[in-house]
Amino acid sequence: MSEYLILIYADETAPVTTEDQQQVHKGHMEFGQNNGPSLRGGNALHGTETATSIRPDGSGGFSVTDGAFAETKEALGGYYLVEADDLDGAIALAKQVPMPNGGVEVRPIRVIDFS
Amino acid sequence: MTARVDPAVAEAVADAHRREWAYVLAATVRVTRDLDLAEECVQDAYTRALVTWTAGSPPANPGAWLTTVARRRALDLARRRATARRALPLLVEDAIVAPPAAPGEAGIPDDRLRLVFTCCHPALGADARVALTLRMMCGLSTAEVARAFLVTEATMAARITRAKKKIIAARIPYREPPPEELPERVSAVLDVVHLLFSTGHAPPAGDRLVRADLVSSALDLATMLRDLLPGHAEVTGLLALVLLTDARREARLREGRLVLLADQDRTLWDRRAITTGTALVREALRGGRPGRFTLMAAIAAVHDEAPTYADTDWREIVALYDLLARVWPSPVVALNRAVALGFALGPSEGLAALDVLAADPRLAGYGYLPAARADLLARTGDTGAARLAYQEALLLTENTVERAFLADRLAALSP
Repeated sequence: MSEYLILIYADETAPVTTEDQQQVHKGHMEFGQNNGPSLRGGNALHGTETATSIRPDGSGGFSVTDGAFAETKEALGGYYLVEADDLDGAIALAKQVPMPNGGVEVRPIRVIDFS
Repeated sequence: MTARVDPAVAEAVADAHRREWAYVLAATVRVTRDLDLAEECVQDAYTRALVTWTAGSPPANPGAWLTTVARRRALDLARRRATARRALPLLVEDAIVAPPAAPGEAGIPDDRLRLVFTCCHPALGADARVALTLRMMCGLSTAEVARAFLVTEATMAARITRAKKKIIAARIPYREPPPEELPERVSAVLDVVHLLFSTGHAPPAGDRLVRADLVSSALDLATMLRDLLPGHAEVTGLLALVLLTDARREARLREGRLVLLADQDRTLWDRRAITTGTALVREALRGGRPGRFTLMAAIAAVHDEAPTYADTDWREIVALYDLLARVWPSPVVALNRAVALGFALGPSEGLAALDVLAADPRLAGYGYLPAARADLLARTGDTGAARLAYQEALLLTENTVERAFLADRLAALSP
């Protein structure tokens, strides 16, 4: 068993109706109900207009700026942390995540041995 | 190696390399659960074969001999490296209760399907899938794979290493996909084999018209897949396509120049390949709604069965392209259909169909479009326009042999 992060990306500028929103909400509820035992966590994020990026400024301090770390058409909007046997299992879970106006990315969680 | 190797033994080992590499490696991966270690052990086994086998009496079952030696070596190395390797992650096998692969002749499980599905997993990049397949299924060295794709050995080594790292880190399983995923996954494997074949049959760049090494790897793979997945019509279709297209190889080249289908000496065609290929197409067509490769093979079969170019059944070919365009809508299919239409109904009908395609941005920069136009224009007698179209095709073509061909056609236009 391994853990994977499913990152949900969507175009924030795409018009979304209340019905669309309800549909997506329902989709996430179903995803949770159908895959409870595999879920280790997950959250929705506020939009990138609320994001703040922090980078070292090169002289010992930090530059704090408004906006997402990378300017892309599709922005990270939420995530699930899931457990699966292997990548095929993680992909099967990922395909069930609602993904209007975008898609999802699956990344294996790296286990770092500090011993 | 210092010992002198008997040429007959060297040949037997080379033969076993070509026939058995994938089988031996796949069975060894099952023991090592590590692709690199398995490759190393299999390489060792072949080296051992060179010095152990005696002329005239190679082992009755070379695959079993090599597998036994490779697996023994793997267990040996695993023990020796146990402490160093314990922390390293291994390939993921089936989740606990999976039936073992059906044992082959010598009771060794035939794991080649696991290996090929791992190499061609859709989570790997297209380049990496082809490279891994050549390495793992055909036993090519990294240097040979690099040469096949005209990149440096360092570039290819990095590509293969990256892919192997992803297999481990993302846990791409060493497993045959479940039935519901099979069609999609088989199609990913077939795409790799087809890409290999087309790269060998018509290299996009370079100074050779055929890359026989790639064509023979593709043929070996297609044959192997047909043995492993006999019930899949498209697998049969792809093998037929490779056989029926490659059957014309000897006639396609004359003194280093490309010879058009119209001008080929059909007595040079490989009749045995055509007979086998045609039977396979018939079988694949019986499998329900025909797929992309089956239809492409059927088109090749219509060409191969015509005693002369004039006898070609162009209406049948247009009909097959219509079906193909439905299952595989691509501008290149539409281009070939337009060319066939030019023969079935006449050059102006062909040109009209080409004009529709000229606006497709995906064909911008595709040399075969102006070349086909030039050919049709020459047949309508519009020499001036044909000349311009050949010149445009020349600007877009990088293969030296194809360029020489186009230059000949241009020169042959009446002034």
